[in-house]
Amino acid sequence: MRPPLERGMPATPKPANLPDPRLARRSFLGFGAALTGSLALGATPSSAQPQPASPPADAPWSQTLGPGVVDRPYGRPADTESGVIRRNVPWLTAGTESSISFSPLQDLHGIITPNGLFFERYHAGRPDVDPDQHRLMIHGLVERPLLLTMKDIVRFPSVSRIHFIECPANGGMEWRAAQLNSLQFNHGMISCAEWTGVRLSTLLEEVGVKKEAAWAMVEGADGAHMNRSLPLNKCLDDCLVVYAQNGEALRPEQGYPLRLVVPGWEGNVSIKWLRRIKLGEKPWYSREETSKYTDLMPDGTSRGFTWLIDAKSVITFPCPEKPLAGPGLYEIRGLAWTGNGKVRRVDVSMDGGVNWQSARLHEPVLSKALTKFTLPWRWDGTPALLESRVIDETGHVQPTITQLRKQRGSNSVYHNNSIQTWQVKPDGSVFDVQTG
Amino acid sequence: MFRQASRPLLLGAALTAALKAALVAIATAAGAAEPGHYGYGRPATPAEIAGWNIDVRGDDGAGLPPGSGSVAKGTEVFAEQCAACHGTFGEGEGRFPKLAGGAGSLKDDRPELTVGSYWPFAPTLWDYINRAMPMQAPRSLSADDVYALTAYILNLNDIVPGEFVADRDSLPKVRMPNRDSFTWTDPRPDTMAKPCMSACANPADVRISSTAEGRDLTPRTTGPLDTMQPK
Repeated sequence: MRPPLERGMPATPKPANLPDPRLARRSFLGFGAALTGSLALGATPSSAQPQPASPPADAPWSQTLGPGVVDRPYGRPADTESGVIRRNVPWLTAGTESSISFSPLQDLHGIITPNGLFFERYHAGRPDVDPDQHRLMIHGLVERPLLLTMKDIVRFPSVSRIHFIECPANGGMEWRAAQLNSLQFNHGMISCAEWTGVRLSTLLEEVGVKKEAAWAMVEGADGAHMNRSLPLNKCLDDCLVVYAQNGEALRPEQGYPLRLVVPGWEGNVSIKWLRRIKLGEKPWYSREETSKYTDLMPDGTSRGFTWLIDAKSVITFPCPEKPLAGPGLYEIRGLAWTGNGKVRRVDVSMDGGVNWQSARLHEPVLSKALTKFTLPWRWDGTPALLESRVIDETGHVQPTITQLRKQRGSNSVYHNNSIQTWQVKPDGSVFDVQTG
Repeated sequence: MFRQASRPLLLGAALTAALKAALVAIATAAGAAEPGHYGYGRPATPAEIAGWNIDVRGDDGAGLPPGSGSVAKGTEVFAEQCAACHGTFGEGEGRFPKLAGGAGSLKDDRPELTVGSYWPFAPTLWDYINRAMPMQAPRSLSADDVYALTAYILNLNDIVPGEFVADRDSLPKVRMPNRDSFTWTDPRPDTMAKPCMSACANPADVRISSTAEGRDLTPRTTGPLDTMQPK
């Protein structure tokens, strides 16, 4: 959705009562300290006498009987992890129903996003769909228009694949300048899951594609009836119609009971609450692929149908939310991905891109999935400018923001896959900056 | 006669069936199946298709239904259904989208993207209002009302005259000002960086050009936490 993420945003700082981000960071650290304190209080947080819980003391939880099985029939994270949540940027959109939330990448480990932390994007809020009433209709230029129930869909041969989904507006607030001092808000419009469902090609073979068909229109059952056009060859290549995410039914936020996953392409085309697929000869030029999700260039022209997610990477530790505690040995951690296929290499720089060294890629390195990288770093307490740069299997090298601006100006909103620079100050604090 | 003649026919049919089965087996092994191979679900009936077949194609208006609406009628419907968020003249309330204005601003430092300045196809406007608006009650407007709103919004942008009546014939003929400014093929990759490993720049040239430090745009990192924590 364009206007929100928009051109107005850099110009007009919003509510005056937002605190200085540095204060926000400090209060976050302060919050951590408060948590440690409350842990020490054990079972009676209101007690004035903190019980020691670390050696040599035996902790209170080591001296009691805990709740039994099915105390939590559907488990949940530890209470002390309650800060690991999706967040939104209130000034970005008119309301929360047509808006986006961000995954807390600063608190995640590995390449799979837990289902409750997968970023959300709605155009008409989150519908609560009755799976018994839900139908998938496939029609248009097909031999046999078909109506499928969820039970029908689950009977088809199933596949499971790990793929990321990224909103192409991820990082869209940083086209003009560094603005948001946060990993979550600058990069959290990406998540990655194992998806289970049926290949779209299987469904299209089942209905029989007429030879004039060249495009598919895919549409959701939400109030926005969100629809996009997809070239038929992509549909037949690797698209999935999925009902499960990380081993359980899709979450309502992610399209329950059925969604499309278009691997490696901008998240907007992976239609959630999928209800209809119509084949045609030409694209539909829907609102979501003309007035939105098109990229305005400095000469006034616009690029449409720019579906591919380019090669991108980011250091997830350290980051503004996770500063350094002082000089010493650290593991720089990060994530890399590309819509082109697999990540081939990730390089890390500590001096703003003057010198680079290659990081270690962690298995599994999967096509169109998040890939984890790490690199040990002995920090001597001097200022540093940390950057990561991915090279994908097609040889595409992640660009700097300067290189991108040279091609696209700063009004194109989408597809900012530039190198992120984190400034590390001598006190270990970390800030979002741009160099050039 | 009939019986005699039918034998070779039956034999032929059996052969054809066997051949078909063999072909299906080959096709299945290769990953492609005949239509109806699984046989799950049932054919969608014309009535079922008609109920959901709402899409209208942007460039030529294919799929536009019968009905019509004038700018004058659109003024009334807009005031009732749209103005609370989009403003009486499409100027946009708060952060809700502005629908009019911005003509000629696309090369500006702060371009204004509206229906008039940016949208390439008029039928797309009909399609979007019909499928998604008003936000609180999508699909509640009649085709005539959607035509009227489309006419009003186009008129707000000085694209059609006050006496314009939108229908399935007139709407595809409306020429949007920005129609020819789109390219529909992706020119990326449009950057070709080389993965240099050492002394890639003069360290003196590495300067911080902007920082988020000190800006007040970052939501408080503890934001939702504050309300979730027990006091």
